[in-house]
Amino acid sequence: MTILVIVEHDKGAIVPATLNTITAANMLAEPIEALVAGDDIKQVADAALQVASISKVLIADSGEYAHHLAENLAPLIQQIAPNYTHVFAPATTFGKNIMPRAAALLDVMQISDIIEVISQDTFKRPIYAGNALATVQSSDPIKLITVRSTAFDAAEASGGSATIESISGTGSSQLSEFESSELSGSERPELTSAGIVISGGRGMQDSANFAMLENVADKLGAAVGASRAAVDAGFAPNDYQVGQTGKVVAPELYMAVGISGAIQHLAGMKDSKVIVAINKDEEAPIFQVADYGLVADLFDAVPELDSKLS
Amino acid sequence: MKILVPVKRVIDYNVKVRVKQDQSGVELNNVKMAMNPFDEIAVEQALRIKEAGDADEVVLVSIGPTQSQETIRTGLAMGADRGIYIEAPHETEPLSIAKLLARVADQEKPGLIICGKQAIDDDSNQTGQMMSAFLGWSQATFASAISLSADNAIVTREIDGGLETIKVKMPAVITVDLRLNEPRYASLPNIMKAKKKPIDTLTAEALGVDITARLSILKVEEPAVREAGIKVSSVGELVEKLQEEAKVI
Repeated sequence: MTILVIVEHDKGAIVPATLNTITAANMLAEPIEALVAGDDIKQVADAALQVASISKVLIADSGEYAHHLAENLAPLIQQIAPNYTHVFAPATTFGKNIMPRAAALLDVMQISDIIEVISQDTFKRPIYAGNALATVQSSDPIKLITVRSTAFDAAEASGGSATIESISGTGSSQLSEFESSELSGSERPELTSAGIVISGGRGMQDSANFAMLENVADKLGAAVGASRAAVDAGFAPNDYQVGQTGKVVAPELYMAVGISGAIQHLAGMKDSKVIVAINKDEEAPIFQVADYGLVADLFDAVPELDSKLS
Repeated sequence: MKILVPVKRVIDYNVKVRVKQDQSGVELNNVKMAMNPFDEIAVEQALRIKEAGDADEVVLVSIGPTQSQETIRTGLAMGADRGIYIEAPHETEPLSIAKLLARVADQEKPGLIICGKQAIDDDSNQTGQMMSAFLGWSQATFASAISLSADNAIVTREIDGGLETIKVKMPAVITVDLRLNEPRYASLPNIMKAKKKPIDTLTAEALGVDITARLSILKVEEPAVREAGIKVSSVGELVEKLQEEAKVI
């Protein structure tokens, strides 16, 4: 039994969710190999070699993998997957895009977004936006699995001693091409891997008011998030969204500011270790999940919090 | 050009889901059902493309229990032209659904398939990508903007770090995200008209697809309930609790 982990990487670095995925794979206590596919990826390959618990790194360094296009990557996974019993990838937009395509090519039913490894064929995953948890058993010869990164700790990024093997590419499908990307260039930690997240909701009233949260975030080394209501109202960009339809986070500390606590938001943050809610409506449902609730006007409380943290 | 839009009947997103006592699944009896919200966005987008003159027919497909035909009617009332219904158990897996849809596409020969990025019941997020693989077509997932030309679609995708724009060859499978559009409500005259629109019925056997499940559901349970904590009276007390008690800052 050997397991393959698909490494997600960006700008020469391993995306943190990959390390959580390796921890999930490691629950099976079998050798793990990693696939790094991309264009000019020596740096990522070197980083992957250092990751503890990886025994071999497969490198597919070829132009067709430059932008992680699913039509090019899925055939590569299809080609090497028969050497493995399990293929794991993070349940990020990267993993969600490529893995089902690879699963179809292999004629296996993917197991999406697992939160627990029970045995080599049995896994637990949330359904209905986390309002129910299903335990599923797969009868497929190769298990293709995506992993909810917040449910597993990150694997050690150092101390490994993997061997390296170059593999040849499967060529371009000629079906799709990358045009451009518009990434929010923030100095703050990435939302899904941050230790502290401070999010604003409709109560923020204006995009300019998010600056208050950013000040607090910078003092705490936190990421800034938002509820869907705040995103839909144009107060915060799309990629800030925490919730069923946005990102799922589970930091050490989650601060919900001016967020009422709709089910759709709770689905994205209820597994946080400590939850703080600041809301002037004491009936707001967010207080039902908060460890510490402060009934206050956020326009008084947030600046005060900012000054107290200085 | 013809556009195919798969639609799924799911528990209405406003309904609080209840797990069955015997842990065999969630309660579906006497629960309000509706079209998967992401599929509504897909139907809306197809209708807008048709209204812009870039498509001449919008065909809906639904796979599931008999009542899935109601979901097709909902889409027909929004303005779609006709429906195809395939009878199958509620739990039919994305792999099987994608195979069925690919067979329908072989017969219907659409120029474009638009579907929701995921269904809000099993949250798998697989069907569109799998269907695209079976057809050997291009795929553009999580679309928040789409523009079409004769040979290509330019699609802006919502990815973790922001937005990405790709160009895909037609025919393509596009899966849609929430912000692509706001679906219309069906008007009363259109609801009446929808009753006369045709729905064809097909079966998995006739399409030659084996829909045997690969995953067995051993158990469905409620997640652990989080208990409410305490209320603090001031920002000062909050900071103190976070530092001294929770030790998270």
